[in-house]
Amino acid sequence: MHPSPVASHSQFLPKENSMTPTSELELSDMIKATKGPLRIVGGGTRPIGRVVGEALSTAALSGITLHEPGALTLVARAGTPVAEIEATLATQNQRLAFEPMDHRALMGTTGQPTIGGVVAANVSGPRRISVGACRDFLLGVRFVDGAGNIVKNGGRVMKNVTGYDLVKLFAGAYGTLGVLTEVSFKVLPAVEAETTLALSGLDDATAIRAMSAALGSPFEVTGVAHDPAQALTHFRLEGFAASVAYRAKEISKLLAPFGATQDTQGDWAAIRDVTAFAGKSGDVWRISVKPSDAAALSEKIGADAVQYDWGGGLIWALCPVGTDVRAAMGNTAGHATLIRGAGQTFHPEPAPLAAISTGLRAKFDPRGVLNTGIMG
Amino acid sequence: MQMPIPDASVIDRKDQIVARLLAVLPKTAVIADVVETRAYECDGLTAYRCPPMCAVLPTTTDEVAAVLRICHEMDVPVVPRGSGTSLAGGALPTADCVILGVAKMNGVIETNYDDRYIRVQTGRTNLSVTGAVEADGFFYAPDPSSQLACAIAGNIAMNSGGAHCLKYGVTTNNLMGVTMVMMDGTVVEIGGAHMDAGGLDLLGVICGSEGQLGVVTEATLRILPKPEGARPVLMGYDSSEVAGQVVTDIIKAGVLPVAIEFMDRPCIEATENFAHAGYPMCEALLIVEVEGSDAEIDAQLALIMKIAAKHNPVELREAKDADEAGRIWLGRKSAFGAMGQINDYMCLDGTIPVSELPYVLRRISEMSKEFGLDVGNVFHAGDGNMHPLILFDANKEGDLELCEEFGAEILKLCVEVGGCLTGEHGVGIEKRDLMHVQFSKADLEAQMAVKDVFDPKWLLNAAKVFPLDASEPRRVA
Ligand SMILES: Cc1cc2nc3c(=O)[nH]c(=O)nc-3n(C[C@H](O)[C@H](O)[C@H](O)COP(=O)(O)OP(=O)(O)OC[C@H]3O[C@@H](n4cnc5c(N)ncnc54)[C@H](O)[C@@H]3O)c2cc1C
Ligand SMILES: Cc1cc2nc3c(=O)[nH]c(=O)nc-3n(C[C@H](O)[C@H](O)[C@H](O)COP(=O)(O)OP(=O)(O)OC[C@H]3O[C@@H](n4cnc5c(N)ncnc54)[C@H](O)[C@@H]3O)c2cc1C
Repeated sequence: MHPSPVASHSQFLPKENSMTPTSELELSDMIKATKGPLRIVGGGTRPIGRVVGEALSTAALSGITLHEPGALTLVARAGTPVAEIEATLATQNQRLAFEPMDHRALMGTTGQPTIGGVVAANVSGPRRISVGACRDFLLGVRFVDGAGNIVKNGGRVMKNVTGYDLVKLFAGAYGTLGVLTEVSFKVLPAVEAETTLALSGLDDATAIRAMSAALGSPFEVTGVAHDPAQALTHFRLEGFAASVAYRAKEISKLLAPFGATQDTQGDWAAIRDVTAFAGKSGDVWRISVKPSDAAALSEKIGADAVQYDWGGGLIWALCPVGTDVRAAMGNTAGHATLIRGAGQTFHPEPAPLAAISTGLRAKFDPRGVLNTGIMG
Repeated sequence: MQMPIPDASVIDRKDQIVARLLAVLPKTAVIADVVETRAYECDGLTAYRCPPMCAVLPTTTDEVAAVLRICHEMDVPVVPRGSGTSLAGGALPTADCVILGVAKMNGVIETNYDDRYIRVQTGRTNLSVTGAVEADGFFYAPDPSSQLACAIAGNIAMNSGGAHCLKYGVTTNNLMGVTMVMMDGTVVEIGGAHMDAGGLDLLGVICGSEGQLGVVTEATLRILPKPEGARPVLMGYDSSEVAGQVVTDIIKAGVLPVAIEFMDRPCIEATENFAHAGYPMCEALLIVEVEGSDAEIDAQLALIMKIAAKHNPVELREAKDADEAGRIWLGRKSAFGAMGQINDYMCLDGTIPVSELPYVLRRISEMSKEFGLDVGNVFHAGDGNMHPLILFDANKEGDLELCEEFGAEILKLCVEVGGCLTGEHGVGIEKRDLMHVQFSKADLEAQMAVKDVFDPKWLLNAAKVFPLDASEPRRVA
């Protein structure tokens, strides 16, 4: 049962006659020749309802082009399945540290999430709170803009301030500035040990205070999430086994005023993928606020269920269809994205910022042919 | 170094412009006297100097907006300035410009430990941001060596790094929001205490834009709890190949040190003569620092020492206490000063893939012989950010030019092996004309298109970053 999803995913998978370029040059020629509009499709696991146009698939722009474990770098073409990247990294005991989420359960879609789709949506999971977002690990991009120009920015080295950082601009641009053809990442070593502590019975505001206490300690928690439905607050520690054991003990002591912690089998994939909302009817919102505003805001939005990640900085809310979460936010600083449901996907920006964003889109896609209308 | 011909039609209107500025700023905040403007004639790249037409030192965002509105209306170029420590000439004035210095705007606006951020005015120095929170057990992670002097304004504009960014990232990874004044005087708020952008990641492109997109007046910065402790080890090797392999092996082993610093023989010799840190005389010296509790540090260092020992070190020294730790860092921290004792030097900043380290070091020493100029290498090895220091004599005819030529060859080499021209210092004027080496015409057009949107008249710091021939159609339009 997937109530509000806007369209069946099959509509977004490449069709027989869809555009499936096999090289950057071919892609450039196709874009130059098209009158548009074009709908960029990676794995199609997160279709966006309002986008119309011919499907442009990145499926044939696939493959890892470089993995240098000693330099912690990986370069891959945009259509490469995330699963392939994770498997390759695993052979060297490495991983994508920002923990990209798998949307298939929540969205009721099938298909293979691609690394280009992850970058286009700047997808980051629970570890974002300690190590940073997808954009923080992205070292370089290659893309073809809306006029067919082939452009590169950044590179494959960890420190690079040569010219403007268009890499960040493209992370989370949802394909509105260009079609990504290749992305390069800083990757991190996988860890020897992981453990999760849980506190139970806390109300939302108290849970957020507990999460803040952990995040404000030197003991390096790498995931802090609260699920009000079960009244469970989770704290994840990762690293070398002895260090994890030591820090778990210290975190327990630190959290004593909030109750006794228990060792649990933390299901961070479920937290990451918000599987608790999968198959439940209603709109799904993803709200970014500062943690200390989160509990009060949750009360105001009239959700059927909420889940907190990032120490409270990220609220996932399952709301009755048509709920206006943004109106409820009022002056609370932050933004709300409608991940599942019919309505405006992205939080409207203040006029001066909207003008800049519109200006940038007009420069990179002067004819307005790429993913037109996704971001406004 | 070529600079655009100053616009006489601006300089001719100096009196009018100054009068307008005086109408929106206190008298002491406008510096128009030709002697006093000399204080702003250069930044850390002292080889190039040019006093500005005038300088202003506003104290509020509103004053900044008022200044920019006037300059926009009167078509006056503006060069933003923090503390003037740029090594790339980023804050170098043009003769027809207004220097807009934010040094007087150095307050703390808000600290929030629950949500782990601090909001400051951008004239505040990097070190005093940490100073404002360290009593409460927090710190601001990016730590450029210039942190005592440089301002958050310049850090944001250059996306500055530091010795500890292997673990904590550079400025862009620790910047959450800014208040910025656009060239036309519009004040925009971007990001804030919450995470990630709602729309396009404008913050990401503003960071590192070298003062060309707007004047940043306030910033929200991520602060972190201080680690329980930190400790370095020192290791010496007979060849840079082996040292490079040690770096790779440590990284592959899954330890994430906060810093891995590298020095070569010329640099070791210079610092030994200067600081007497007791370093071994060898081809390559590494300093590796890890953090955590005492037991965690012991465990990580044991692993690192095991890897280090496998590669036949000439010396392996673990700091037992703060005193020994201080001595291990002493030489590294005085490296620039030590090289400066020998002669004038130019500090390069290219980054290379770590695997190319031995090859690049070998090529640099070969080129050093060809050019007849000595080079010392000291750099952040963990992330491949090199700092070759080329020695030259500023008083010797043609030596600066020779040194610049040599520097350009090294940077071209960095790009050739898959790296870039600058890892943390920025392009400024210094690497401006080498941008063609790294970028195609389309690559540069895409970047300049961003400036077109933020600053359509190309009034903000326009003679920097982009090769003059590439930016000319826009600058003179
Ligand atoms: C509005 C929206 C909000 C989202 N918010 C989050 C979030 O907050 N957290 C999270 O973890 N995940 C989020 N996602 C999900 C994320 O998009 C998917 O997890 C990921 O994109 C899966 O990859 P895919 O290949 O299936 O992408 P697809 O579903 O094929 O594409 C996702 C988006 O990226 C664009 N795109 C795909 N490939 C390219 C390319 N090569 N170049 C340019 N654009 C491309 C598509 O046009 C589409 O807009 C969101 C998705 C959308 C649409
Ligand atoms: C001894 C020494 C050591 C150094 N070590 C390091 C190091 O380890 N790592 C590193 O990254 N750098 C280092 N640097 C370089 C330099 O300190 C950094 O680039 C620093 O960030 C510059 O800050 P500043 O405030 O001095 O900026 P300035 O030199 O005043 O300006 C730098 C740039 O920022 C722009 N700018 C200034 N204020 C604003 C504003 N309000 N809004 C928009 N743009 C603005 C200017 O126009 C200019 O382009 C070092 C420099 C020296 C002299």
